[in-house]
Amino acid sequence: MNIHEYQSKAILKSYGVAVPNGKPAFTVEEAVKAAEELGSFSDNGVVVVKAQIHAGGRGKAGGVKLAKSIDEVKAYATELLGKVLVTHQTGPEGKKVNRLLIEEGSNIKKEYYLSFVIDRQSARVVMMGSSEGGMEIEKVAAEMPDKIVKEYIDPLIGLAPFQATRMAYALSIPAPAVRKAANLMSCLYNAFIGKDCSLAEINPLVVTADDDVIALDAKLNFDDSALFRHPDIEALRDESEEDPKELRAAKAGLNYVNLGGNVACMVNGAGLAMATVDILKHYGGEPANFLDVGGDSSPEKIAEAFQIMLDGGQSKGIFVNIFGGINRCDAIANGIIEAAKIISEDGKSIPVPVVVRLEGTNVELGRQILKDSPIKNVIMAESMEGGAKEIVRLVNEMKI
Amino acid sequence: MSILVNKDTKVIVQGITGKQATFHTKQMLAYGTKIVGGVTPGKAGQMVEGVPVFNTVKDAVAATGATASVIYVPARFAADSIMEGVDAGLDVVVCITEHIPVLDMVRVRRYMEGKKTRLIGPNCPGLMTTGECKLGIIPPNVQSRGHVGLISRSGTLTYEAAFQLKNAGIGITTSVGIGGDPVKGTDFIDALKLFKEDDDTKALLIIGEIGGTAEEDAARWIAENMPNKPVTAFIAGRQAPPGKRMGHAGAIISGGKGTAQDKIKSLNAVGIEVADTVAHIGETVVNTLKKAGIYDICHTC
Repeated sequence: MNIHEYQSKAILKSYGVAVPNGKPAFTVEEAVKAAEELGSFSDNGVVVVKAQIHAGGRGKAGGVKLAKSIDEVKAYATELLGKVLVTHQTGPEGKKVNRLLIEEGSNIKKEYYLSFVIDRQSARVVMMGSSEGGMEIEKVAAEMPDKIVKEYIDPLIGLAPFQATRMAYALSIPAPAVRKAANLMSCLYNAFIGKDCSLAEINPLVVTADDDVIALDAKLNFDDSALFRHPDIEALRDESEEDPKELRAAKAGLNYVNLGGNVACMVNGAGLAMATVDILKHYGGEPANFLDVGGDSSPEKIAEAFQIMLDGGQSKGIFVNIFGGINRCDAIANGIIEAAKIISEDGKSIPVPVVVRLEGTNVELGRQILKDSPIKNVIMAESMEGGAKEIVRLVNEMKI
Repeated sequence: MSILVNKDTKVIVQGITGKQATFHTKQMLAYGTKIVGGVTPGKAGQMVEGVPVFNTVKDAVAATGATASVIYVPARFAADSIMEGVDAGLDVVVCITEHIPVLDMVRVRRYMEGKKTRLIGPNCPGLMTTGECKLGIIPPNVQSRGHVGLISRSGTLTYEAAFQLKNAGIGITTSVGIGGDPVKGTDFIDALKLFKEDDDTKALLIIGEIGGTAEEDAARWIAENMPNKPVTAFIAGRQAPPGKRMGHAGAIISGGKGTAQDKIKSLNAVGIEVADTVAHIGETVVNTLKKAGIYDICHTC
């Protein structure tokens, strides 16, 4: 799960990480009020107006503005609120800005990069730092991997002070700021563990002209599997940031990812679901989604899956790809028929062709059930390959 | 021969009184697995499918001599169950449970350092040694006995691949579902090391997916350490967009790492053929076996 920058900063502040003073604003009036409260302009300072969306690259996309007066704050807030920002992480459709962060400007001497992530191979939390602040870490890793410094953390000890100090020296943080930097690392680690993060990233981490060390930007991602013990984090979820179909699917307990195309698929198992998306593309289709419906789904859940795939006319055809293991093919077949009854008025019409590939336990029975059913538009495939080709052909013919 | 478990392995089921666990205990027994006990705190003295229930793993091991366990415990308690199995000195612990918090698994892995237990999973379908025993939820009828070892990050793809092999007349020694989580007990190289030492396993099939670099690491390891056993592969997630979790907690391209393209490239670079689609896993394995001149030996069913 992702949250906004201003929410991340509030959490980090509660763990002792120094962040610039700032406030979120949902309207132009709130933005102006927040800027007035900061009082930065009285001593020739600036106020930063930052668009809050769940994507990186906001600066380059024009989502971060430096205001030198209240009038400028007002102008920038007016410009940004409601604007669709397109960054390299949003995709071409971009993301609408609904919230701003109004923050005091900082007198930056030097920028750094700092993050904590889980390292799969060592099964440890790893702290990564780089003196190339402000740059994307992927780019640093690709272009100058020796600029990335790592410290692997023993979960029984936590981030040892010597590791934090060693990182500060490795990044060449100015001497007067080393202890502050090490302290910030320690606070950030505590936040990472305390809130079950999957990523805690500060980019840039800055040393100011006064040798203070502050988190100028902050990004926290959370482990979905641990949200049960963090209701405070769950409460920060901004549903407007999520794909409406993905949101609806999550509420129904379905593993769904919208891929934007027009050939939908419903599959049991995440691995087979990924592989099904791949095979649809392989035969020239544009996959609409990844969808792991699970093997033991109720007809209601299957019906919900069909409705999500069909919603808004996105899907021109659906490929059902089921390998019945413990869960039997006949149960899935009955589920599809029941689902058709739920989603159509006459109980037998699905608006787009549905190619069904069933294999595994009780496959003959499952196929027979679908053959005998009154539902139009359901086509049995003899093989996965044949089924994938068939649905792509049907959808592509429709275009003409 | 096989790896990790066989017909003589004595197995306990942790969380045996749960609905799924009871269902699968019956299935495992029917397959021939020696399930000798179960564990649910507070339920000692009960019987499930004719199997005695104990309060603790320690009690179960003392009474039955079990050396392996399979865990069907809800996610928030599963990490503790793994550690209990490790503490009891079990050789093999298989954890089926999905959605265990990653940081819980980080602590489990630290706890396991220096201890002898081999953990399979979590978030996996378990293990099956053909015709002898199964620990987990792999359907009993998907694989036939033979000489190919199967290692997979995905449950359904394990069944799909085993089934395609069976239809092509190719049998399996043991299939190992290593699971879809980012932090787990056994990765490709760990399982490959075990298969390397198993004389009955003549070839390997590895099924990977996006996320992490375990497939790339495995490719390098195979090239350096296992020249005599041909390997075939399949990678799911060629079309997965970066930053999106594709069902499994570990199936995510992050920081530009973990793409299917990188994995396929690494595998191809050391001569491992990767099936172009999921429908061609069986025939790609057959091609590899024929090229290696061991198709006839491996054509067992």
